[in-house]
Amino acid sequence: MSTADTTVKSTGPKNGGPDERLVHRSPARRLMSRPELGAVVGAAAVFLFFSFAADTFLRASSLSTVLYASSTIGIMAVPVALLMIGGEFDLSAGVMVVSSALVSSMFSYQMTANVWVGVGVSLLVTLAIGVFNGFLLTRTKLPSFIITLGTFFMLTGLNLGFTKLIGGTVSTKSIADMEGFDSARTLFASHLSVGGVDIQVTILWWIGLVALATWILLRTRAGNWIFAVGGGSDAARAVGVPVTKTKIGLYMGVALAAWISGQHLLFSYDAIQSGDGVGNEFLYIIAAAVGGCLMTGGYGSAIGAAVGAFIFGMASKGIVYAQWNPDWYKFFLGAMLLLATLLNAWVRKRAEATK
Amino acid sequence: MSTPESAPDSTPDEPEDAVAGADAVETTDAVDTTDAVDVAEAEAEEGGKGAPPLVELTDVSKFYGNIKALEGVSLEVHAGEITCVLGDNGAGKSTLIKIIAGLHRHDEGRFAIEGEPARLSSPREALDRGIATVYQDLAVVPLMPVWRNFFLGSEPTKGAGPFKRLDVRLMRETTRAELLRMGIDLRDVDQPIGTLSGGERQCVAIARAVYFGAKVLVLDEPTAALGVKQSGVVLKYVAAARDAGLGVVLITHNPHHAYLVGDRFVLLKRGAMAGRHTKREIALEELTRQMAGGSELEQLSHELARAPEPGHLGGHPTH
Repeated sequence: MSTADTTVKSTGPKNGGPDERLVHRSPARRLMSRPELGAVVGAAAVFLFFSFAADTFLRASSLSTVLYASSTIGIMAVPVALLMIGGEFDLSAGVMVVSSALVSSMFSYQMTANVWVGVGVSLLVTLAIGVFNGFLLTRTKLPSFIITLGTFFMLTGLNLGFTKLIGGTVSTKSIADMEGFDSARTLFASHLSVGGVDIQVTILWWIGLVALATWILLRTRAGNWIFAVGGGSDAARAVGVPVTKTKIGLYMGVALAAWISGQHLLFSYDAIQSGDGVGNEFLYIIAAAVGGCLMTGGYGSAIGAAVGAFIFGMASKGIVYAQWNPDWYKFFLGAMLLLATLLNAWVRKRAEATK
Repeated sequence: MSTPESAPDSTPDEPEDAVAGADAVETTDAVDTTDAVDVAEAEAEEGGKGAPPLVELTDVSKFYGNIKALEGVSLEVHAGEITCVLGDNGAGKSTLIKIIAGLHRHDEGRFAIEGEPARLSSPREALDRGIATVYQDLAVVPLMPVWRNFFLGSEPTKGAGPFKRLDVRLMRETTRAELLRMGIDLRDVDQPIGTLSGGERQCVAIARAVYFGAKVLVLDEPTAALGVKQSGVVLKYVAAARDAGLGVVLITHNPHHAYLVGDRFVLLKRGAMAGRHTKREIALEELTRQMAGGSELEQLSHELARAPEPGHLGGHPTH
């Protein structure tokens, strides 16, 4: 009851100036309430740990490799984070990357077309898969876990089935000698040399996507709607938010990133293993969750997901530099997910309690 | 947390001061209940000549399959008036709301908005026609800051093309100013709206509807989940919305709350209309009696009365 009292009683109009009832919050306290905090602390800890555990970890070339590994997870973690803020999951994200690469490669090869045509067709097909996920979800109102689990297995089957049916083997033929391959490789899989250090182009894609997603989330109407459909879709619908369109749009965002990742995969190796990609969807979800996205939706950030991806980039390469058995990486993934989620929950509780 | 009393220009607790800030006092205090009744009377005298009701339902029915959810219900909502819809659970109140809010379409009868027959296909269309609905439980998104909630679904933007962006400064300042106008002095518009009390959340939703130019405000049981004090606070904002010239539909099962602010009363019972009154025609006791079921209540009191203990229940077993 006291809350109603304190806020209802008005002391007349105030002309600017901070409210005297607002307890001044220190910058540290403000920082505590950011969704990314848990991830940043975790990233610092992992960084320090491998700096000591692996002698070669701090070299520029090692850091560039770490950033590259982070970017391949990060490109997908960004739209997956947006989707999670919107209250949904996409378990098909991992194999969708491979589907996208396969479509691109096989279309160009079978039609003996310029690879750019395949790239374009792949974009349309991948976006269509995203629309399929979103449409089915909003139409049937089934949990996204079930729907995308379905598409996950269907895509896994289609990837293997079609590749064998068309090529006879589980991998596609090389398209390295085809027209347009070099220009496509420049866009999706090249690397620049900055001061003697290789910078993979995926890192630029990653940074671009994080910036774009952050802009959308915090400064556009669509961003407001994403938070709203995740935090309370009935309330959002009641005030006129296009809930269905927002959710389908989010699935298309995942599809777009899957297309970028898929093309990167294709043009960095020129042939694709059709069984790849299974299990990667969990990496993206874990990166987003570690980055502060709530599993129940309505809360999180794209930058957090980027930091989450960076943690796993560091861990996957750091274990190699420390000359350990890479199997430990999986253990690390699970432990990190639990720790970060607990830390996030704790931080959020504290930040809200001392408001 | 400091309290408002610590403010330099505050006056000690007085009910009037609790109502609203200085600039809101003019409207809130000047137009009190008697004025509103005058308005109602003036309109009643004008009869058919005056402006048509903002919303008018005539003999409206709604069926779900073979179930009659609503049958032959009529009501009218005028500007600057509060029409109360009273009924027990299952009386058809929610169905009525959903028709007015655009979630469902009526099957029979006439639904007119400002004199024109209407069939609303979505809540968005209802909003565009000036009908805003505030639901008791789903008025806001708890994790979002107050200012984002305030503008949700109708966010102002600036810039063009790819640089089109939310006008965050305007959103924050407007939220603060509009809430202050309704008498809610918010500490921080950035706090998640879930941290506000239930009454305050209702009030934010009402202020939002008023700001976005709603002509008709439909309130679904705004006081049902609230304590006595908070209910009073919400009713004050309902009255403030009325004084701002809105037509209000107040759905409730509390005749005491309804009688405090209502100008017209529609009673629903098992999907049908059980009564239709203006404030002049009915006293609180009668409203309460009808609402509570009238003769049914008398029968219930008979049933509940202490009867002499029947032999087979009391006493000692005889074997």
